[in-house]
Amino acid sequence: MNLEQPINELAEAVRGGKVTAESLVQQSLESIKQLDSYHAVLEVNDVALGRAKQIDADVKAGKDPGRLAGVPFIAKDNFLTLSTHTTAASNILKPFRAPYQATVINKLEAEGAVLVAKANLDAFGHGTSTENSDFGPTKNAWDDSRVPGGSSGGPATAVALNLASFAIGTDTGGSNRQPSALSGVVGFKPTYGLVSRYGVVAMASSFDTIGPITRRVADTALVLDVIAGRDPMDATTIERAKSSYAEAGLVKGAKLALVKELYDRAAPEIQKPIHEAVVKLKAAGHTVDEVSLPILNELALACYYILVPAEISSNLERYDGIKYGLSAPEAKNLSETYDLSRDQGFGAEAKRRILIGTYVLSSGYYDAYYKQAQKVRTLIIQEFGKLFEKYDALVGLTAPTVAFKLGSHTDPLSLYLEDIMTVPASLAGLPAISLPVGLADGLPIGLQLIAKQSDESALLNIAAAVEELVSFNIKPEVRA
Amino acid sequence: MTKISETEVKRLAALSRIGLSDAEVTKLAGELDQIVGFVEKLQTVDVSTAEPTSQVTGLKDVWREDEVKPSAISQGELLKNAPDTKDGFIKVRRVL
Repeated sequence: MNLEQPINELAEAVRGGKVTAESLVQQSLESIKQLDSYHAVLEVNDVALGRAKQIDADVKAGKDPGRLAGVPFIAKDNFLTLSTHTTAASNILKPFRAPYQATVINKLEAEGAVLVAKANLDAFGHGTSTENSDFGPTKNAWDDSRVPGGSSGGPATAVALNLASFAIGTDTGGSNRQPSALSGVVGFKPTYGLVSRYGVVAMASSFDTIGPITRRVADTALVLDVIAGRDPMDATTIERAKSSYAEAGLVKGAKLALVKELYDRAAPEIQKPIHEAVVKLKAAGHTVDEVSLPILNELALACYYILVPAEISSNLERYDGIKYGLSAPEAKNLSETYDLSRDQGFGAEAKRRILIGTYVLSSGYYDAYYKQAQKVRTLIIQEFGKLFEKYDALVGLTAPTVAFKLGSHTDPLSLYLEDIMTVPASLAGLPAISLPVGLADGLPIGLQLIAKQSDESALLNIAAAVEELVSFNIKPEVRA
Repeated sequence: MTKISETEVKRLAALSRIGLSDAEVTKLAGELDQIVGFVEKLQTVDVSTAEPTSQVTGLKDVWREDEVKPSAISQGELLKNAPDTKDGFIKVRRVL
């Protein structure tokens, strides 16, 4: 069996003793080694093979290792894990070994999944290209001169290259969806609060969510089934759906809205697969109306880039060179410990965001920027609410461009604009998914679906319908 | 009009405790000015009817029993990441 196969089939084979967890994990570790030049992975988990052997021993002894038995997965390096470092791809956390593990990792391991490696990201999740990693960028699986998207660029490339069966990432403003679109895989963000964030490096706490990156919608639903739900260690978590996300059948006659602001700034060849998918959806008996939400244009992006840096500046206060992480050895007093450790430990983008956040929160600017943005956020939520009175899900592009060349976006604002189609769902805490639907110039394009809060079942149903109708099955030509 | 001067960058860096070099200050002033220039367009939106949002799911008052539970992690393990420790405490450099 190979790692591209559906996760439930792999797990069933391991549970039934037809294939060993060891062989799956071995396959994964070999691919990671062979395709190291893409720099998707920051650190291999040394205990992965041992865990796989234990799972095989359990199967032999008649025990059930769980729904993800022996399935190798990769975690973005902002999840705390006990058997590797956790760096968030930042210099300031380079020496850090977590003393406890993220709830999500525990839940995945409890169902038999095997963590094989930690993946690269824009440091702390700040970026749309993985070029902000303090350890160097990840390359796109389809063209290694291009970016994979970000911030979950490592996880997206890992899945596109079949380095593991799935990856687990974080999505604050599009960090799972946009790299998945640019890498030709399925990227998901749940409703805010559906998945516990305990043990995940915080970026912007009123936005951060956790979800899988996979090769198909059914795999996403299965992983979500394992990780969703209340966690006593994260008071912001909400109740999950009572029924399984994986067992919902294909929906008939869905009411969809194609949102103008989620495609109209993209070039015609990038829009094309979305319009073709809409034609197929209509032919299959779904209704698709065209709607416009002008506030989702640059205003939503501006709103996001006030609120998120504000929360980042607050969350990144904890890196002080004292409790853990990098500490400048030459500092002569406490003040220098702060100033030097933070200057040396934070990359350029973390500094920009901390300073912008400090600016919009500082006295004299708070009302004009931060409070104003909080109110605009309310208006955006209200606008979405009106649409969801009429529609089951919204349709658009995930990203305005295909994967761009490494080093081509030199000013920070041009990278922020890559987020323009993903931040609206994040501002309103809505579940959203990106799935590959076509190519332009040989590079993948993602279709984005957005549903109302806690309506993951409908979202995944409709996504599965799109997946079946479009049947995108082109694979990247990988150069070892 | 320039919103973010080099003086402003230095003020923000001092508030956020980042010891920037002069070259960084110059570069950041230009970049931050461009970003603030972009997000400023939000001020054109009429928000007179809107309350500020700080939480999106409406969850509130999440209570639990106030119980003492033993930690699974020892003091020693927690202190392993600290750059400098003494007698079970984290050691800092002199304040003044």
